[in-house]
Amino acid sequence: MADNSKQQEKKESLSRRKFLKSSGIAVGGLAVGGALGSLLPFKDKKTNNPVVKNQQVAENYNLALMYFTREQFKMVEAATERIFPADDNGPGAKELGVAYFIDHQLSGDWGFNSREYMQPPFFKGEKVQGYQGRLRRREIFDIGLRELQNHSLTKYKKNFVELSEEEQDDILTDFAEDKVNLTTLSPSGFFNMLRSSTLEGVYSDPLYSGNRNMDGWKMRNYPGSQMAYTEVIDKEFTVIPPKSLKDHLGH
Amino acid sequence: MAKTLPKVDVVIVGVGWAGGIIAAELTKQGLNCVGLERGKERKTEDYFMMHDELRYALRYDMMQSLSKETITFRGNERIRALPMRQYGSFLIGEGLGGSGVHWNGQNYRFLPYDFEIRSKTIERYGEKKIPQDMTIQDWGITYDELEPYFDKFEKMAGISGEENPLAGKRSSPYPTPPMKTTPALEKFRKAANKLKLHPYNRPSANLSEPYTNPDGVSRAACQYCAYCERFGCEYGAKADPVVTVIPVAKKTGKFEIRTHSNVRRVLKSGNKATGVMYVDTTTGEEIEQPADIVVLTSYVFNNVRLLLQSGIGRPYDPVTGSGVIGKNYAYQVQKGNATGFFEKEEFNTYAGAGALGMVVDDFNGDNFDHSNLNFIHGGSIAISQTGLRPISNNKVPKGTPTWGKEFKANSIKYANRVLSVGGQGASMPFKHHYLDLDPTYKDEFGDPLIRITYDFEEQDRQLAKFLSDRCVDIMKEMGADKIESMEELGPYDITTYQSTHNTGGIIMGADPSTSAVNNYMQMWDADNIFVVGATAFAHNSGYNPTGTVGAFAYRAAEGILTYRQKGGILA
Repeated sequence: MADNSKQQEKKESLSRRKFLKSSGIAVGGLAVGGALGSLLPFKDKKTNNPVVKNQQVAENYNLALMYFTREQFKMVEAATERIFPADDNGPGAKELGVAYFIDHQLSGDWGFNSREYMQPPFFKGEKVQGYQGRLRRREIFDIGLRELQNHSLTKYKKNFVELSEEEQDDILTDFAEDKVNLTTLSPSGFFNMLRSSTLEGVYSDPLYSGNRNMDGWKMRNYPGSQMAYTEVIDKEFTVIPPKSLKDHLGH
Repeated sequence: MAKTLPKVDVVIVGVGWAGGIIAAELTKQGLNCVGLERGKERKTEDYFMMHDELRYALRYDMMQSLSKETITFRGNERIRALPMRQYGSFLIGEGLGGSGVHWNGQNYRFLPYDFEIRSKTIERYGEKKIPQDMTIQDWGITYDELEPYFDKFEKMAGISGEENPLAGKRSSPYPTPPMKTTPALEKFRKAANKLKLHPYNRPSANLSEPYTNPDGVSRAACQYCAYCERFGCEYGAKADPVVTVIPVAKKTGKFEIRTHSNVRRVLKSGNKATGVMYVDTTTGEEIEQPADIVVLTSYVFNNVRLLLQSGIGRPYDPVTGSGVIGKNYAYQVQKGNATGFFEKEEFNTYAGAGALGMVVDDFNGDNFDHSNLNFIHGGSIAISQTGLRPISNNKVPKGTPTWGKEFKANSIKYANRVLSVGGQGASMPFKHHYLDLDPTYKDEFGDPLIRITYDFEEQDRQLAKFLSDRCVDIMKEMGADKIESMEELGPYDITTYQSTHNTGGIIMGADPSTSAVNNYMQMWDADNIFVVGATAFAHNSGYNPTGTVGAFAYRAAEGILTYRQKGGILA
C-alpha cells in the first residue's frame, strides 16, 4: 500500500472509529481503497514487524480447557486431525488448535444452544425439518465421544487415541455412515458436527483459538480480514498476506 | 395491567426498510410517528469487528434469537409441523434496520409481467396453462403505476446499475454507474453474449461511487471487502435503513424509536385499529400505544402472525380457498445452478460485494416462450462475486470424500478456482401453501408461533432443472474444465440456506374477496391499518424482493398521507 501516507498517518492519527463517524463525503471524496487503507491505522504498528523478531514466544494462556476433560480433548485432537490432516499444504487440525477451538465454543452459547429453540414437545421429524433433539451440543459431544471410545474398544480393543491412523479413519467412517448402533444420538449427526466444527476451527479468525498463526488462511491464500479490495477486485488473482481482526483494534 | 401512553398519529411496528421509509416520508410531512423495534439499536460504528465469518455468518449474531421465537414448518398438512430449532433455509433479522442491514444489496424491480401475471399468462397461453391449484392473480397495480416509486427508492438508496434491456421501462437512469467488473464477471459477460443472451451488471445498493441522495444523505463508496450478506457495512456504503431513511426521520424530531419493544397485539375497536400492545423486553412491562394509524412493517412471518393473533382480517382456509390472511405464501427456487472448476486459473473470489454480479434475464418472467414447457415464469441467472468465505466455501469435485487427506488437498486446491452460475427461480403460490398459527408451539410470551405449510411443486422441479441446464450452457461457454450442476430439486428442506425471500400472506389486489390489502397496502377490512412488506406479494418473482418492497413502502407512505387527509378506503 502507498507509503507516502506514513507521515499523514502520524499527523492525523485518525482512529478508525473516528473515521467511521466522519465517513460520508469527506472520505468519499478520496474514494480510493489504497488511500483509505493507509489512512486508517488499523495496521497496528507492532504487527507490521514479524512478532518473533522482537520478543520471545509469549505464553499463550488460551491453551487451556473450558469444557472437555483431558481424555475428551485428546480424542477430539486425534479425530479432527483425521478430518483435516497435516500434509504438504500445511498443518492439520491439531497444530491449528482446532480442539481448543471446539472446547472454547462448547463452553459458550453454541455449546448450550442458547440462541436456538429448545422448547418441548420433542417429536421425531422428517429430515427436511431439521434437528429435533433435546440434547445440547455439549451433551452431544459427551455422548458422541464416549461412544467413539466404546466403538474403538469393541472393534480394536484399544482407546481411540491409541489406534493407528487407518483404524481411526475406520472408526470415524463407521460413525459417518451410521454403521454404529446408538440409541441416544445419530452417529452421522455427531460426525457431521465434528466435521463442521473442524472446518470452523481451521478457518475462523484466530481470536477463537483455532486457525493458529492464520495458517488455515495461508494454506488457501485467503487474505482474512482486510478493509478493502478496491485495488485488486478487477485484477487477476493476487495473493495478499492475511490480516486478522486483531489488526483492526490498533489505535 | 398494561400502561397506556398518550396517543400518536402513527405507530410503526418494525423499523427496517419498510418502517424506515414510512417513518421518513410521514415525519417529513409533520406526522408524529413512534417506531417499535423488538431488537436493539444499531449504528455503523458498532461494526468494528464485522469481518468475522464465525460470529456473523455461522452463529447468526445479527439475527433474531430463535430461543425466543421461531416458526414451525411442514411440507404438507399430513405432516406434523415442527419448530425450526436452528437456522437454515432463511434468516430472520432483528434490530434497528431489520433484515435491511444484513442484505446483500441486490436491488431489482419486478417485471411488468409480474404485476399482471394471470392476465398475461392467459392472454399468451390460454387458461389451461395454469395448474388447478396454482393461485396466481394480478396484483391490482401495473408496473407503470409503480414505476415512480421504484425510481424513488433507487434514488434514495443510490442504486448502482446499468440498463437491463429486458426489464420494464425506466423514467430515469440509475443514480450511480455500475460497480466494477471482475475477470470472473467478464467471463460470464462474454459467454452470455456468445449465447446471444443479454448480460448486465446487477443493480447494486453497494455504492459504486460516493453519493448524496435527495434527502441529503451522503455515503462513501463500496470497498469490495466481501462482507455484506449476514453483515452490516462499516462504511455505510451498502444502503440500509440505518444510514439512509432512519436518520432522515429522526432529524425531523417527529420520530421516536423504541427498541427492545416487542409488539404482541394490534388493538381494535370495531373495524378500526386503536393502537398496539407491546412488551418492553428490558422490564417485561406491557404497554399500550394508541395511534390513529397502525403500520405493520415487520418481517413477513410476524406481520401475518400479528394479524392472526389480533383477530384482524379473515384467516385463510386452505380447504375452501376463502379468507386471505396467510394466503399465497411463496418462497424462491434457488437451487438450479452450475459450478465450474478451473484447473489453470485462479480468481480473486475472496474479494467482492454483496451485489457484485452479472445477470441475464432471458429466462425470467415471460421473456421466453413457455408453450412447450411445463412451468410458467422463470428466473434470473447470475454469476455473483459476494466473497467466498473460507468456512462456508469448500467446494470439491464430485467423488472427493467429505473429509480426510483428499478432501483437504482438493478443498485447498480449488479454494480460488471455483466459479458458480446460479438461477434465482420464481415461486408460484398454490392453494395448499399458506401460513397460519401453530396449535402446539409458543414463543417467549406464550403466543403461538407461525406455521408454514409449503413444499416444492412439479412447477418448481421443472423450473429448477430448466434453469440449471441454462447455467450449464453458460458455464461451458465460460470454459470450466469440470462442471457440476443440480440434477434434481428434491423436496423443500428448511435446513439448508436458500434465500431470505419469504413472501405473501397478506397479499395485495384489486378485489377484497381475494386480497388482504389494496395497492396502497391498506387493509380492506380495517382502513387505518397498513401492512407493508413482501407480505403483499401475490407470488414471488425471479429476483431479490427488496427493490419491490421499497417501492411498495413509498407507495404506502403516499397512501397513508392521503388517508390522513381524507379517510376511507383509498383504492
